[in-house]
Amino acid sequence: MENVPAKKYMSEEKYSKRTARRILLDKIVRWAFSFSILFAVIVLVVLLYQIITKSIGWLDWNFLTGNLSIKPEKAGIRGVILGSLLLMVVVIPVTLFLGVATAIYLEEYAGKSKLKTIITTNISNLASVPSVIFGLLGLAVFGRLFNLGSSILAGGLTLSLLVLPIVVVSSQEAIKAVPGYLRDASYAIGASKWTTIRKVVLPASLPGILTGSILAMSRAIGETAPLVVLGIPTLILKIPNGIFDDFTALPIQIYYWTLDTVLTAEYANLAAATIVVLLTMLFLMNSIAIFIRNKFQKRY
Amino acid sequence: MNDTSIRNLILKNLESSKGKKTDKIVTTLLLMAASISIVTSIGIVVTLVNDAVHFFAEVPLRDFFSTELAPLGIEPAFGVIPLLVGTVMSALIAMLVAVPIGLTAAIYLSEFAPTSFRNTLKPIMEVLAGIPTIVYGFFAYSFVTPILMKMLPNLEAKNVLSAGLVMGVMIIPMVTSLSEDAMNAVPNSLREGALALGATKLEVTLKVVVPAAISGIVASFILGISRAIGETMIVVIASGSSKKLTFDITQSMQTMTSYIVEFTGGDAGAGTVGYYSLYAVGLLLFIFTLIMNLIAQYVAKKYREVY
Repeated sequence: MENVPAKKYMSEEKYSKRTARRILLDKIVRWAFSFSILFAVIVLVVLLYQIITKSIGWLDWNFLTGNLSIKPEKAGIRGVILGSLLLMVVVIPVTLFLGVATAIYLEEYAGKSKLKTIITTNISNLASVPSVIFGLLGLAVFGRLFNLGSSILAGGLTLSLLVLPIVVVSSQEAIKAVPGYLRDASYAIGASKWTTIRKVVLPASLPGILTGSILAMSRAIGETAPLVVLGIPTLILKIPNGIFDDFTALPIQIYYWTLDTVLTAEYANLAAATIVVLLTMLFLMNSIAIFIRNKFQKRY
Repeated sequence: MNDTSIRNLILKNLESSKGKKTDKIVTTLLLMAASISIVTSIGIVVTLVNDAVHFFAEVPLRDFFSTELAPLGIEPAFGVIPLLVGTVMSALIAMLVAVPIGLTAAIYLSEFAPTSFRNTLKPIMEVLAGIPTIVYGFFAYSFVTPILMKMLPNLEAKNVLSAGLVMGVMIIPMVTSLSEDAMNAVPNSLREGALALGATKLEVTLKVVVPAAISGIVASFILGISRAIGETMIVVIASGSSKKLTFDITQSMQTMTSYIVEFTGGDAGAGTVGYYSLYAVGLLLFIFTLIMNLIAQYVAKKYREVY
């Protein structure tokens, strides 16, 4: 055997030094990287703390049930909350119907056709179009072409198109998760394809569909830009009665009050109080979604 | 008979069974619903192009790509360069925040954090991702800007720095979750191989996991940029609407998105050049984000290592 010169190997001392250094570096970086997470947590805490402290003293029953006013101490957001809820009255049925129908078509009928690829690619591209562009679409089509102006219906339809991709994708996932043998069993006892979808596939995928839809709604209820582009008037003092009325919604009111803090400093408190209301609604919606997911989702 | 042939048999029986008519109607209805998404895309392109054409009929391309922007002036000027600079600067600041923090957070979550820790941290990221951007805008204007003002005395009340920083925070969860997905897709056998050779976890991460997941990580950055370019409410509130061409981040800058929001709020009557300019800017914004998304998809597909 050939003798390998000893100097080709690292000396014992050098080796242990180097190893110690590598392990130390590993520990330092691990520690440093955890700060990134900590940073996110701190931002969240500061943000919430800042908003809640600003809202204290302003967020009371009169604020929730009162009407909008130019005087900060008199202003209430009953009409604003109602506006957001009425928006949801439009968005929920439209997105649920279109979203679930699209998902059923893609998963149950389209097979592996070219059309499916086109629609799927299209939906994933739509999902990343900036929301302000949807506002321009809504302004041109719903606002001017259909002459709906800046009504709740126009706003709701615009938001529906915006969140439709979320509902479609989550419904697709839910339908995909229904195992094939359930369908086969239904076919085997003579059910038609549509009956199978209606009686077997949809009930089994309902929890998933609902979870995704609620998340889409929580996106819609916080969305501001498309509504502002539609041209929602700055101050609406009357309460909306139906979906053809002009309206204002929680995020829009936050926007206007934030802009107007230059004029009246107290508007910042009103904006903060409105944010607390909006975040509470989002929190409730997300809790319901998580509850449904954990409680009703079956694993096959 | 195997699984698929049984299924084919069942499906063949289905063809001849009753209820064929309802099935046909239902199929048509579902197809119509599914085509709504395509109609939406076509609608976006058609409205943007249609009204942008009106705009370019009155304002030549040369004037559009100029530095002077004064839509409400006596002699209106519609130069888009100040908006492009504002958009790029705010996106740049945002990515300087989102890339390092988002990526290291992803590495920590995917490679270092114990499972229990990870399960508590991930929901926090999801909460951050779920906060409406208008709330971030309020936060930027009423909290971050005053703090920055103490550090930088000549900072304006509306400035692109604060908007960009908060936008970066908003994008962190997106970069983190997409990069983490990419790293999670790297098979454990690669990690174990490197560990068995005596590498530390950090070396495994930087020399094995990150290179293997690089396509997904880069795609997450590009999608982050696209998100920053399209983000509206934070810049509208915190960065203001100065139409001057400047590169000074302590000053107000207007982005493409905030131009659309500012100008649509009642100032632009339908049919005026100002109204059509919204769609010209919108078209430019749409093209920008579309290109970013296509690049992200291309990168994710082309450079993905398949195991």
